[in-house]
Amino acid sequence: MNPQNDLSEYLLRLADSALVQGQRLCEWCGRAPALEEEMALMNVGLDLVGQARNWYEYAAELLADGRDADRLAYRRDERAYRNLLLVEQPNGDYAVTMAKQFLYDVWHFHTLAALTGSADARVTGIAAKALKEVTYHLRRSAEWVQRLGDGTEESHRRMVAAVRELWRFTVELVHADQVEERLHRAGIAPNPEELATAWRAKVADVFSSAGLAMPEPASHFYLSGKRGLHTEHLGLLLAEMQFLQRAYPDATW
Amino acid sequence: MRPGELIASDRGARPAAAGDLALARAVLERVMDPEVPVVSVVDLGIVREIDWRDGHLHLVVTPTYSGCPATELIESEIGAALKQAGFAAPRLERRLDPAWTTDWISERGRERLRAYGIAPPHGSASKRSLLGESPQVHCPQCGSAHTELLSQFGSTACKALYRCRDCLEPFDYFKCI
Repeated sequence: MNPQNDLSEYLLRLADSALVQGQRLCEWCGRAPALEEEMALMNVGLDLVGQARNWYEYAAELLADGRDADRLAYRRDERAYRNLLLVEQPNGDYAVTMAKQFLYDVWHFHTLAALTGSADARVTGIAAKALKEVTYHLRRSAEWVQRLGDGTEESHRRMVAAVRELWRFTVELVHADQVEERLHRAGIAPNPEELATAWRAKVADVFSSAGLAMPEPASHFYLSGKRGLHTEHLGLLLAEMQFLQRAYPDATW
Repeated sequence: MRPGELIASDRGARPAAAGDLALARAVLERVMDPEVPVVSVVDLGIVREIDWRDGHLHLVVTPTYSGCPATELIESEIGAALKQAGFAAPRLERRLDPAWTTDWISERGRERLRAYGIAPPHGSASKRSLLGESPQVHCPQCGSAHTELLSQFGSTACKALYRCRDCLEPFDYFKCI
């Protein structure tokens, strides 16, 4: 693979994770536990969908195969999606939603912070913009993990269950594959393993203030979102998200 | 820009380029943010450059938030206002880098936000204000500093929701970013 192929692959990972996380948040539309939460969830979702578009647009330029951002988002099948397994998991209760957001936000924050030092100027520009937004996302999700973890007996029980359910999917947040290793050598993207220390430290810090035990590092299993091997949940999410463009290709409104 | 969009040149639409730029600026000062219709795109700080290039008025516009749904609307309103003022084919360049910051909102923009009932961003968008403790936000209705944060995210991505503990009014705060 040449560096350009690696970069477009990597950009799709960033874009797909942001889009799928944004889509999951938007599933809360009309169902959030409070009006303020509804607004916050949609705001964060909107930020992520916007960031995804910025990454897709750059990926589309590098791929130069005639597909634009919309086509990349709405016409690729599950196996072509490169998002992290974590973000495709169902929303569950509010503890699962916020735990998922938090684990992703910590990874997202450190990844974007590292990308602001990328050798690629386009990457730097998109990352710097996204980082400002994600800083707010992380503040909020960390507060929710604390509030639920250190709240009532019931909220604590649910947050513990949420962490137990999601933790195994964190393995790909902190392990590099060859694409990331090559981009790291080229100075374009960080090696996730180098960010792992910061990721673990932040998660442990918030868990500690939330009265949650820090689990042992998750162990590898055969699925990998980065390689397009997804859990059964992504297909269902895409079926809903892509329906209109699949049924009415190139529809605009 | 798609091919074919720039069929007309606005060379000669106005007698002098220098005059054109002043006119363009005056036009842009009347194009309001659709979400906050008292603050112009100039006062919001999203118009980064106004220039005359190859016979066209050339603008650089920096969006506020990655997912701001008003981005396209603002760009089309800018284009429409300029065309109406006699610039036949203004070119808009969307630029992300450097990222927009609330530090670019003008003093006049801040005053208008306040008068409209939105507390303007407090201080500079340094890392400290993004990461640190909640800022001291004054109620735009009564001026009291006795306010509390209700939600980090308000009616739009750029705002947080506060409440005044003196006059009891809820209000939006334009977040530092």
